[in-house]
Amino acid sequence: MTTGEPGHPRTDRSPWNWLLLVPIVLPLLTFLFNADEPRLLGFPLFYWLQLAFIGVGVVSTTIVYRMTK
Amino acid sequence: MSGHTTELVVFVLLFLIVSGMGFVASRWRRPESIESLNEWGLGGRNFGSWITWFLVGGDLYTAYTFVAVPALVFGAGAMGFFAVPYTVIIYPLVFLVLIRMWSVSHVHGFVTPADFVRARFGSPTLALLVAITGLVATMPYIALQLVGIEAVLKAMGITGHLPIIIAFAILAAYTYQSGLRAPALIAFVKDTLIYIVILAAVIYIPAKLGGWGSIFDAAKAKFDASPAPGDGLTLNAANQLQYITLAFGSALALFLYPHSLTGVLASKNRNVIKRNMSALPAYSLLLGLIALLGYMAIAAGTKPIVGPNGRPDSNTIVPALFDQMFPDWFTGVAYAAVGIGALVPAAIMSIAAANLFTRNIYREYINKQATDAQEAKVSKLVSLVVKVGAVLCILVLDPQFSIDLQLIGGVIILQTLPSVALGLYTRWFHKGGLMAGWAAGLVVGMWMLYLIPNPATGKAHFGGSAFPLANFGFDTKMTIYVGFVAVIVNLVVAALGTLLFRALKVADGPDATSRDDYFVDEGDPRVKEDLDLAGSH
Repeated sequence: MTTGEPGHPRTDRSPWNWLLLVPIVLPLLTFLFNADEPRLLGFPLFYWLQLAFIGVGVVSTTIVYRMTK
Repeated sequence: MSGHTTELVVFVLLFLIVSGMGFVASRWRRPESIESLNEWGLGGRNFGSWITWFLVGGDLYTAYTFVAVPALVFGAGAMGFFAVPYTVIIYPLVFLVLIRMWSVSHVHGFVTPADFVRARFGSPTLALLVAITGLVATMPYIALQLVGIEAVLKAMGITGHLPIIIAFAILAAYTYQSGLRAPALIAFVKDTLIYIVILAAVIYIPAKLGGWGSIFDAAKAKFDASPAPGDGLTLNAANQLQYITLAFGSALALFLYPHSLTGVLASKNRNVIKRNMSALPAYSLLLGLIALLGYMAIAAGTKPIVGPNGRPDSNTIVPALFDQMFPDWFTGVAYAAVGIGALVPAAIMSIAAANLFTRNIYREYINKQATDAQEAKVSKLVSLVVKVGAVLCILVLDPQFSIDLQLIGGVIILQTLPSVALGLYTRWFHKGGLMAGWAAGLVVGMWMLYLIPNPATGKAHFGGSAFPLANFGFDTKMTIYVGFVAVIVNLVVAALGTLLFRALKVADGPDATSRDDYFVDEGDPRVKEDLDLAGSH
């Protein structure tokens, strides 16, 4: 919302912004991924799930960017 | 030495090509005159999505990171993997913050975070504290880039300091001439090389070692056999809190470093920044894969190179792995990627440090009427001084000292969080409260770091950033990241101080920014006006 009409106060506020909390909180929940099994392609859970969170981050920020453009 | 000739030839060749690009960069996207901080220090404030991606990626993911993170994983296992959650959290965390910083900086022509604090809180003193904190945190970071180059030189059997001095002299010369355009252009080569090397490594090396499963099994066997309590393929009860707070605290700290902001302010509009928040995690994936090189080194039985002090230098583990696994010519490419990888961040950091000095010390206290040309001149000279200082740090002091300082740097830069990051959202804090919080956070942080020993290296103090909660009287083996505790103390003191100073009716500084300044974008008359003004001097 960077091109506000004259007279209307500009703002970055949007309900979509809450989506940003997901990739901030998920990687901090060690109980979700602190285990060896199940393995994926030889990767212990600890490694493949945390690498998968990178994808969660990309999807969340992309959605927020598209929806607030 | 003779066994490394091919590697050396490839390394030197790529290094020379990149140095040439550094000098040519002054003509790239050529301005009418480079003699202003908007041009020399921020590359014309006009970089699009691609350049920003290469520039910021090349800046945040430094050569030292690429060498030190796998070394940590090699030694301690899961704990070293904190770099991945750290670099996942960072982008959604700063998504909304950075676009505000971009807008307010473009309306007012800010070049450094301290410029913003100066205007927002009307306090040159608070701005000076933020500037000095930034300088002290950045200096050892630049010195550490030399450690990255030294690691690959050692792996090629080259000792002595002359090659490092030559490399930094070349770097200093083209940064002086081309400013931010030099690292922006070189970043294309650096990052392309790094992506090629790492993709090759994660396909080729596991194939040679019997697949990912056996790599992780080899690492598990090593940690199971080791007597050290903190290592392992997964976290244990004692280091989970450290893992979480270190990842979160590091994420909070990253964009407070002045050099991170330099790349952001050089972008041409808010959408460039937003798009990069989705694109920069590509580097996080790369870093995660690089971290796993530490396990590949375990599985391959790689031994770190023994340093002159008789102790193995764990930072040489990745170069040693490449040497063992790759054909010579490709090892040369890999070493060049790390070596050039050190130059990009070193250049940006020295530019950011120089801008801090120029804007918040020189212009504030020495020459209030400084013209754009004078500012650029001072910044160029200071960028040289900063690099000489970094080289001296490595030559005169034990490199370990730079590593300690960098550890401390992360904790102290976090103490600018209330003024710089929260300042973008609220003007509630009183400038006196912010100064008190800054001081309290620093004292607590330094005290905690002082109490941490490192049994592995026989150091009694400043041995790491994991603080045992037992020191606070808790009956537990858990540890916590020092910076996280220090910044909480900072926030509490800043809030209490604000209430106290308000109650005592101590005068607060004026706010030179207005609410709308935080939302303007490219094309807004106020943004354009500012840039025209800057170009017309």
